[in-house]
Amino acid sequence: MAEASDLSLFVSRGASGTAHMTLAVDGVGCASCIRKIEGGLKKLPGIIDARLNFTNRRLAVEWSEGELDAAAVIAAVERIGYKAQPFEPARAEADEARHARWLLKCLAVAGFAAMNIMLLSVSVWSGTDMTPATRDFFHWLSALIALPTAVYAGRPFFQSAWKAIRGGSLNMDVPISLGVTLALILSVVETALHAEHAYFDSAVMLLFFLLCGRYLDQAMRRKTRAVAANLAALKADFAHRLEDNGELVRLPVGALRPGDRLLVRPGDRIPADGSVISGTSEIDESLVTGETARRRVGAGTAVYAGAMNFSGALTLRVIAADGGTLIDEVERLLQKAIEQKSQTVRLADRVSRYYAPFVHATAALTAIGWLLAGASVHDALVTAITVLIITCPCALALAIPTVQVVASGALFRSGLILNAGDAIERLAEVDIVIFDKTGTLTWPEPRVEKAAAIAPDMLETAARLALSSHHPLAAVLAREARVQSPYADAIEEPGRGVRVVIAGSEARLGAGEFCDIAPTEAGREDGLSTIAFSHAGRQAVLEFRQKLRPDAAAVVSGLKQLGLDVRILSGDRAGAVGPVAAALGVESFAAAMRPDEKIKAIETLKVAGRQVLMVGDGINDAPALAAAHVSISPISAADITQAQADAVFLGDQLLPVLEALRAARAARRLMRENLLLAVIYNTVAVPVAIAGLVTPLIAAAAMSGSSTLVTLNALRANRRSLRRETRA
Amino acid sequence: MNVLIFLVPLALSLGLAGLAAFLWSLCSGQYDDMDGAALRILTDDDLRD
Repeated sequence: MAEASDLSLFVSRGASGTAHMTLAVDGVGCASCIRKIEGGLKKLPGIIDARLNFTNRRLAVEWSEGELDAAAVIAAVERIGYKAQPFEPARAEADEARHARWLLKCLAVAGFAAMNIMLLSVSVWSGTDMTPATRDFFHWLSALIALPTAVYAGRPFFQSAWKAIRGGSLNMDVPISLGVTLALILSVVETALHAEHAYFDSAVMLLFFLLCGRYLDQAMRRKTRAVAANLAALKADFAHRLEDNGELVRLPVGALRPGDRLLVRPGDRIPADGSVISGTSEIDESLVTGETARRRVGAGTAVYAGAMNFSGALTLRVIAADGGTLIDEVERLLQKAIEQKSQTVRLADRVSRYYAPFVHATAALTAIGWLLAGASVHDALVTAITVLIITCPCALALAIPTVQVVASGALFRSGLILNAGDAIERLAEVDIVIFDKTGTLTWPEPRVEKAAAIAPDMLETAARLALSSHHPLAAVLAREARVQSPYADAIEEPGRGVRVVIAGSEARLGAGEFCDIAPTEAGREDGLSTIAFSHAGRQAVLEFRQKLRPDAAAVVSGLKQLGLDVRILSGDRAGAVGPVAAALGVESFAAAMRPDEKIKAIETLKVAGRQVLMVGDGINDAPALAAAHVSISPISAADITQAQADAVFLGDQLLPVLEALRAARAARRLMRENLLLAVIYNTVAVPVAIAGLVTPLIAAAAMSGSSTLVTLNALRANRRSLRRETRA
Repeated sequence: MNVLIFLVPLALSLGLAGLAAFLWSLCSGQYDDMDGAALRILTDDDLRD
């Protein structure tokens, strides 16, 4: 059967017969990779341009249509030695890139203005022999720079504040916008009255500092999101669609439509929900239900996306969700869980809810107080506005985002990608951790057991032979091979095994009878799978079992040391969950939980006032992840599940979960410290402002001083808490 | 103080030139791949051997 690839989903067509595609590339790590990939591709006839972005590991390729196609480009990159997957940038990502660029432009303009106005202000402050006319001239110049700058660079704050006010709430941007606007109006009026003080410098510097914080926050989030999107693209599955004329077309899963007929070979994941038309097989649904025992399927059986096809080829028809299936149930529960989830108010907004009215009331009282004390209306207003300027929550607005940026950067380096902006705050509040078993506490796929009991040379031969097989267990075995090149003339007999002649004698790997090994004395133990191997008169039976992640026990005891309650909720049988819970020292566990039961268990805990962290990977965990206060899933999780998780961890280890909690607590401590610093600053500055003693010089110094202090304190999130604990 | 008439516009125009240069480099995509630029300098494809 001929196989074609249909990648048109990812290719965008240019004006003059050119085609463009973006690829996520895996394994790029050094300078020579850039040259190898770009140079290698440019040698191909038809390639117009190839450019690798080293920062986000993406390759943009442009070629003239007709001479090449998308599949040939990918094949070329793979020949050069890198795994590449076509990539369709999400709309959200493009929007964010545009937003980042906009912020950077605002930042540049504010920076330019702050520098120039400071230049003028410093001369005014230090120019004791300056004539009033020159001072006025400098003030007007400052106004000329500051007013357009505020209109341009202040938009991020003005827009956000306006949105909040229209929605009937207050956020940090309301006092910021008000402070900046009033400072500018006051300065213009004062300048027109030939007064001594103007606050253009404070207003613009404030914008500059705040834009720095905004931009860094956004850049960090954009970076982690790009990495997450690449990982998603690289693990994206392809489906084989049977056309009406019997041809087989390989196409991305995203392009599947209900009614399509698919061929799923042994060793492939089932790409979409469907019902089996023909063929029989055993499928492993551990990613769907958490159940580790395999299920036999035949014509008429419903199967779910994410299940692994083990033994035979299946033909299925893609079905749209029509109620009654597990996926529908999960979708329904998911919707309900999301609707019920109370929107947690972020710490910054919680603070600003009290802060903004307090500041505005203080300013109003200051004005009234001065009027009652007999000051002129002008003086009273000026003092009230300086109160607003000095309390403008510069340090407060930086206090939390800076910690978040630094902490999420540190977590990113230790293998945890944050999906939600406020995940750190919520992680810090957790007091109970619930784990799913299959794929979370255990590795997502079974591993070879007692590999040491088999002669090393036999294991190596078996593992190299496994490279030629499509069987899922063979893929696991193949990882043990030191030489990652398959035997040239290995033959796979579908459903039975692989064989090859090595040095005159035949080696066989596969089912017991295929290798002439009698059914093992161990019999068919629960959760145990075997592959037989024979070569040159020697025989071995390789056992595979779902294994715990090596650091699972250490992580569980680490969590307990943090004072957290640890529980297991699994969809697997009690016989499989019990031993795991015992091995990890988890007293409280529940087995054979359906998705709605998992939710119910979490809801019960929530009603009791507990803050739940749910860690899970299966499709059956998705609603539970959404219902929990905060959630984490491994990168091997099903797509629908990963989309619900607040954070995703990479790699074979469970450690990032523990690190996330530790870092989140350290970050919360720093956030509080920062808020305290900001409050101390304000308690000192406000009385000075109310007394009417704040000059522009004091305002500028206080503002930059407090911002710098808060930012420096946030940088400690990087060093202290994490470095020490990753080493431990 | 007549010198201000020259110096102030001069200082401002220098600052504006810097700003314009930055905005130009931003819009021409020079900040899209900061890590790559650091490594590309190491390859010497442009040399004829």
